[in-house]
Amino acid sequence: MNVSAFCAVPEDPSYGAPAPPTDLVVRDVPNDAGGAIILHWDPSVDDVEGNDKFIGYEILRSTSPDSGFKVIGTATAGSTELTDNQTVDGKKYYYIVRSLMGSSIAEAWPVGPVSSSQQWFNLGRINSFIALLILSTAILWYIHRARRGDTLFIRKIAGLEAVDEAVGRATEMGKAIYYIPGTQDMDNVQTIAGVTILGRVAKLTAQYETPLDVPVSRSLVMITAREIVKEAYLNAGRPDAYNDSMVHYLTDDQFGYAAAIDGMVVREKPATIFYMGAFYAESLILAETGNSVGAIQIAGTAMPAQLPFFIAACDYTLIGEELFAASAYLSKEPKLLGSLKGQDFGKLCILGIIIIGSIIQTFGIFDFTSIFTVQ
Amino acid sequence: MEFGFTFSNTLAAILTIGIISFLWRDNPLYKLCEALFVGVSAGYWFVSLYYQNLLPQLFDKLGLTLIITPHADVKEGALQVLFKQGRFDERILYIFAGILGIMMLMRLFPNLGWVSRWPLAFIVGTTSGLYFTTYFQSNAMAQLKSTIIPLNSINNIVIVVGTVCGLIYFYFSKEHKGVLGGAAKVGTWFLMVTFGASFGYTVMSRMSLLIGRIDFIFSTWLGLVK
Repeated sequence: MNVSAFCAVPEDPSYGAPAPPTDLVVRDVPNDAGGAIILHWDPSVDDVEGNDKFIGYEILRSTSPDSGFKVIGTATAGSTELTDNQTVDGKKYYYIVRSLMGSSIAEAWPVGPVSSSQQWFNLGRINSFIALLILSTAILWYIHRARRGDTLFIRKIAGLEAVDEAVGRATEMGKAIYYIPGTQDMDNVQTIAGVTILGRVAKLTAQYETPLDVPVSRSLVMITAREIVKEAYLNAGRPDAYNDSMVHYLTDDQFGYAAAIDGMVVREKPATIFYMGAFYAESLILAETGNSVGAIQIAGTAMPAQLPFFIAACDYTLIGEELFAASAYLSKEPKLLGSLKGQDFGKLCILGIIIIGSIIQTFGIFDFTSIFTVQ
Repeated sequence: MEFGFTFSNTLAAILTIGIISFLWRDNPLYKLCEALFVGVSAGYWFVSLYYQNLLPQLFDKLGLTLIITPHADVKEGALQVLFKQGRFDERILYIFAGILGIMMLMRLFPNLGWVSRWPLAFIVGTTSGLYFTTYFQSNAMAQLKSTIIPLNSINNIVIVVGTVCGLIYFYFSKEHKGVLGGAAKVGTWFLMVTFGASFGYTVMSRMSLLIGRIDFIFSTWLGLVK
């Protein structure tokens, strides 16, 4: 509901009272989950720069137009909008906005009734919806093609090519492989990508009979990683070589986890260390320790602040998107492959939009960026 | 000169020195500190997760806290509302979270271990689904909007060229050869310059952390620095 009303006639300025705000409009906040009404008004004529006596506005609310108005909020001088987030959906409200200047007050007539409600759809995000629909269709189409047996090309990713080599080296040296799936939980997509790649690494260690050690910092990651490693050993025909202690919990604490892994690395000197997942400040502590014992290190993360450390201290680093592409590249599984190709289609679209959009913006044809505003 | 030789300060200083001693080599003091750190933090997180998640998010909301400890200051939960007032309280939906948690514990029983795969699938599935939209909005739409800018200054040209070349680097469907390879190479350079700047910035922030610990030892504990 959108309600507006003309305000009361201001008091005579000779009395020292301010003029009230005008053209108060009250309406339900659009595209929200309810419980909010937005008020908009034109400022008082006394609300001008340099008028230090003008304090601001008080907003009053009542369920009756005649009585029961209570102050629910204030707005500073120069403000023209306020959102009342304390409304009950379906209940009718009346609002008054009054000007405060010194000790004087001037208020407009009550405006209303207006009630808040929730909307099923946020129409301010329709652009996202359309874009996601196109992207999802592309992904599904490519998955369909991959399942049909079409050859879908994926370029070589240097860090991934090195996975086999790193596992082989550990096997030759008769030393363990450490796999660190980051410090975040299973609600982080990077951790999900990390444990997916773990499946491939575990399959190789099962085939080569190389010791695998996966220290984790979250209980859910431990459970998931155990499932994945177990399945990889089963698929490799070596279920007998698997035991639960391969994947073990250390601590949830970020630096406690880093301290424990550092100790393990310097004592056991693994031949290869994988860091795949979400990392924070512990990234350099881990990678530098691994580097000091001469281990081959392959890292992958989408944390921009930690990538420089991995690049500096590791032999290969999967940068951002490469981490997510890794699982598709390694497994060649139709679902993952199709998903990666679909995302590439999305990137191609974004590239085109940036180039065309920048040209449009340069010549000032129209505001192209408004198409991508998400509310 | 004032010394801060209290028990807690001395313990904190010894543990700090013990952890820093790893820079020299692995040693018994570091091993002790490491074991303490891991053990204490694992115990702390267990208690913390119980009081911050399990108790307020599950037991309190369902009303199990009131059943276990029937004190006057414990608020009623969804179960009390349902059985005493006969009213449906939306907090009762948390019972599904509890069931998923119990299903996860089925791993303790070898014959029922498979049950734990369902809550895992639920977590991974909902996570992917939820982040699909939020990541798209923050990492694609918002970035896209910020990159579509008029090419009327060196700064703007660098932003657009850097983003386009960076995107090409992350395009996996074509071999990086020819023009595409050149653009990807430029993208790599942009990435490396960004990482270099980020590296320097982060190293400086780590130095301030080190200075904080050194200051603690020499100022708070030993009182040598004012």
